[in-house]
Amino acid sequence: MKRVSWGWAALLVVAALLPLLRPSGYLLDIGVNIMIFAMVAYGMNVLLGYTGQLPLAHAGFFAIGAYTVGILTLKAGWSFWLAWPAAVLLCAALGLLLGLVAFRTRGDVFAIFTLGVGVIIMLVINKWDSLTGGNEGLNGVNPPAGLEAFAQALGLKLSAGFYYLALVSLVLTVVAVARARGSTFGLSLIAIRGGEDLARSAGINVYAHKLRAMMFSTAIAGFAGGVYAVYIGFLGSAAASPAQTFTILLYLLVGGLGTLAGPLLGTALMYGLTQALQGLEDYRFLIFGPLLVVLVMFAPQGLVGLWLRERARRAVRAQGRAQAQEVNRA
Amino acid sequence: MTLFLQQLFNAAALGGVYALVALGLTLVYGVMRVPNFAHGGLYMLGAYFTFAGLTRLGWPYLLSLLVAALLVAAIAALMERFIFYPLRDAPHVQPMIAAIGVLFFMEAAIAHPRVFGPEFQTMPSPINTIVNVGGVTVTGQRLLVIAASVLVVFGLNYFLKRTLTGATIEAMSQNRQGARLVGIDTNRVGMLTFAISGALAAVAAALIAPINLVSPSMGEVMNLKVFAIIILGGMGSVPGAIVGAFLLAFAETFGGAYISTDFADVIGFAVLVLVLALKPQGLFRRSA
Amino acid sequence: MLEVQDLGIRFGGLHAVKDVTASIPAGQITAIIGPNGAGKSTFFNLISGFYQPTSGRIQFAGEDITRLKTHEVVSRGIARTFQTTTIYRELSVLENAMIGHRVRTRAGLLDALLRTGRERQDVQGSRDGAMAALTRVGLAAQAHLPAGALTQEGQKRVGIAMALSSDPKLLLLDEPAAGMNPEETVNLMALIRELVAGGLTVALVEHKMSLVMGLADQILVLHHGQKIAQGTPAQVSRDPAVIEAYLGSHAHGGQMGQTTPAETTLQKGGAHA
Ligand SMILES: Nc1ncnc2c1ncn2[C@@H]1O[C@H](COP(=O)(O)OP(=O)(O)O)[C@@H](O)[C@H]1O
Ligand SMILES: [Mg+2]
Repeated sequence: MKRVSWGWAALLVVAALLPLLRPSGYLLDIGVNIMIFAMVAYGMNVLLGYTGQLPLAHAGFFAIGAYTVGILTLKAGWSFWLAWPAAVLLCAALGLLLGLVAFRTRGDVFAIFTLGVGVIIMLVINKWDSLTGGNEGLNGVNPPAGLEAFAQALGLKLSAGFYYLALVSLVLTVVAVARARGSTFGLSLIAIRGGEDLARSAGINVYAHKLRAMMFSTAIAGFAGGVYAVYIGFLGSAAASPAQTFTILLYLLVGGLGTLAGPLLGTALMYGLTQALQGLEDYRFLIFGPLLVVLVMFAPQGLVGLWLRERARRAVRAQGRAQAQEVNRA
Repeated sequence: MTLFLQQLFNAAALGGVYALVALGLTLVYGVMRVPNFAHGGLYMLGAYFTFAGLTRLGWPYLLSLLVAALLVAAIAALMERFIFYPLRDAPHVQPMIAAIGVLFFMEAAIAHPRVFGPEFQTMPSPINTIVNVGGVTVTGQRLLVIAASVLVVFGLNYFLKRTLTGATIEAMSQNRQGARLVGIDTNRVGMLTFAISGALAAVAAALIAPINLVSPSMGEVMNLKVFAIIILGGMGSVPGAIVGAFLLAFAETFGGAYISTDFADVIGFAVLVLVLALKPQGLFRRSA
Repeated sequence: MLEVQDLGIRFGGLHAVKDVTASIPAGQITAIIGPNGAGKSTFFNLISGFYQPTSGRIQFAGEDITRLKTHEVVSRGIARTFQTTTIYRELSVLENAMIGHRVRTRAGLLDALLRTGRERQDVQGSRDGAMAALTRVGLAAQAHLPAGALTQEGQKRVGIAMALSSDPKLLLLDEPAAGMNPEETVNLMALIRELVAGGLTVALVEHKMSLVMGLADQILVLHHGQKIAQGTPAQVSRDPAVIEAYLGSHAHGGQMGQTTPAETTLQKGGAHA
C-alpha cells in the first residue's frame, strides 16, 4: 500500500515539473489530451470497473459537459469557474435521470439503453442549431479567466497553464475515485459487480448504489468535458460519438478495469500510440476493434490487473509458506 | 386515403425488414443471453456483399442475395465459435465489449478506401416495375420486400415449431439448463442460431438496400432500432420481436411525417425510453 | 418471532409455495425439510424479500414485512445464506464480511469523497463488525486471505460470517452442510448451537437427517410447496403424511416396501436428495 502511494507521489512530482523543462508544444498537447481522456476513463471505470455495468453513453456526457461550459461562457457570459461546476452538476443530474430508468431493468439492458442514449445525445447536439451551433459547432470558447496570468507568473505560456489545469483536475479525479473505492460505499459497488443477487441478499440497496455510481461517473465525464471545452476552444458533435466512447473503453481495458492506475496507464499508452502511428486516426478501429476482442478474451484484467494478480499470487504463496513453517514448528 | 394506403405499404415493407433483423437478434439473445452488438454489423455486411455481387461481379440479384446470406451466416457462426462461445461463462460485460469490437472492426474495414469507402452508395434496383394497386402506386421492390419477409418469417416459424433442430433452439431460449439436461448439444445450437441470425440480417439488408442507400454506418442505426424492438417485445421473445418490429415501422412511417424527420431514426428509442420508464419489463413480458 | 400466513408464490403455472402458515419461534432452531423441489429455498427467498409473494403475509417481530425490499428485510434483522456456496471468492474474507455489514452503515458517496467523520466511523465500525463475525465462525486468522483460497467448508463459513455481520436476529441457512464430510458437519452443528446459545434464532434447510434430528427443536415439512407437518423431531418422524411424502417421492429409488422405522427412512430418503 505504502509503496503504491509513493509511486503516485513521484509520478505527480514529475508531471508537475514537466512544463518547467520547456517541452515542445506538441508534447504538452499530448499530455493535456491524455489527462483529459484519462479522466473520462476514470469515470467509466467507476461504473464498468467497480460496479460491473457497461456504460456506453460516456462520450455523450463528456460532450454535455463541454457544451455546457461552451454555451454558458459564450452565450450567457458566465465565467468558466462558474460554468464548470454547473456542467458537472448537470451531468450528475442527467446521469441520475438516465439511471432511474436504465437501472430498473437488469444488466444487459443497461448497456443497450446507454448506447441509444449516447446516439440521441449526439443527434440532439447535431440538430439543435440555435443552442449548439449544429454542424458548424461552437467556436471560440475562451480560456478560463486568470489562467494566462497564472502561466505568466510562472514564466510559461498559456499552453502550460492548460497543462496545469488538466493536471489538477486529473489529481482531483484520481483522489475522488480512490476515496470512493476505499470506502464502504465503494466496497458495496464491488459487491454489486461480483454478483447482484448476492449483494442484494447481503443487504445492499443495489438500486441506490448503482444510481450514485452512475451520477459520480457521469459527473466525472462532464468535469473532463469542461476542461476539454476551454482547451480545444472549438466544439463539434463528434466529441459525443459512440466511437469516442469505444475508444475510451479501449483505453480502460488496456490499462485495467477496476484498478486505480489502469485508466491513466491505458490512456497514456493507447493515446500515445495512436499519435505515434499517424494516419491511423480514421481507421483506428481496424486495429482497436480486434484489440478489444483479444483483450476481453485473453487479458480482461488489463495491464495493471495482470500485475496486481501476479503480486497477489506471490502474497498468497508467501503466506502459505509462512503458515506451513508455523505448523512445522508447532 | 391514397396517401394513407401508400404509407401503409411503406410501413409494411419497413416492418418486414425490421422483423427479419430483430428476429435474429432476439433468437441469439434467447439462446446465448448475449446482446449481440455486432448484429448491425452483420446487417451492414449483408448489404455490401449483395452490392458487390450486383455491381462488381454483375451477378443477378437473387444470386447476390443468397451468396450474401451464406457468407454472413458463415461469419456469424465463426464469431460464435471463436468469440462468444469461449466467453460464455465470463462476466456479461465481456462478450458485450467483444461484440462492440467486432462491430467497429467491420465498419472500419468496409469504410476503408481500398474496400468500399466511407461514402453512401446507391444500389441499383433489380425490379423496376411499378404496380398500381387500387390507385396506389407501389414499387415492385417494396412488394418484393413485403412478400419475401412474410415468407421468411413463416419459414422461420415453421422451422422453430416443426423441426427438431428448430425446437431445440426454442427450448434453449426458454431454458438453457433444461435443454442441457434433456441432452441437447447446446454447442452446435449456439453456432446454428448465430448463423441463422446472420442470414436473416443479410436477407433483410439485401431486400431494403435498393430502396435505401448503403453506408458503413447503416448497421449502427439499425442496431439501435432492433434493440429497441426486442427490449419492447421482451428480450428473447419471437412474437414480441415481430410485433415490436411492425409497431416501430408504423410509428416511424406515420410519426416521421408529423414529427421532425431529423429524429425519425431515434423515434423508436425515444418510445423505448418512455415505455421502460413506465414498464421496465417491456410490453410483452415473457412468462417465466 | 417470524410468522407467515397463507404464504404463496406462483411462477407461471407452478405453485412453488402454496398457502403455508407457520411460525419460527425465537431462540430455537427450526429445520425445514422436504424432498427436492418442495419449495424450501423458495420459502427462504420469500421471507428474505428476494421474491415477492403472490399471496399471504409475513410478520417479523410484530411488523408486517411482506412487501419490504431485501435490504430492508436484512436491516430488520433477517440474514440468509444460499444453498450453493455464494460468496465473493476474489475478495478477502474480511471484505466479504464487511459487505454483510454494509446494511448497518450509513455513509454514502459524499461521505466517502469528503472523508467525513461518519465515513471514518463507518469504515472502522465495518471492520470491527466484520472481525467480530469472523471470530464467531472461527475465521479471524484467515481474514486477509482471498475467500476463494479457503476450503469448501471455510467458504461456507465465510457465507455465514457475511450473514452474521449484518447483526441478524434470525438467520436462514439453506443447506449449510451440503458437500461437507461428517467431521465438518459436526463442527458446523457445534457452531450453530453456539450461535443459538448466543441469542440467535436459526432456521435451516437441510437434507442430512442426522444434523436435523440432532439439532432442531422444531421441524417444518414442505411437500409440493405445501406444509404437511410441523412439530418436534419425534412428532414429525412419526407423522404418516411425512412418511408417505418421503416414500412416495423416492419410490423409484428402491426403497419401496421397506418397513424400517420412519426416522431411518427419513435419513436415507433425504440424504441422497
Ligand atoms: N425463479 C423461479 N422461477 C421459476 N420456477 C422456480 C423459481 N425458483 C424456484 N422455482 C421452482 O419452484 C420449485 C421449488 O424450488 P426450490 O424452492 O428450489 O425447492 P427446494 O429448495 O425445496 O429443493 C421448483 O420446481 C423450482 O423449479
Ligand atoms: Mg433448495
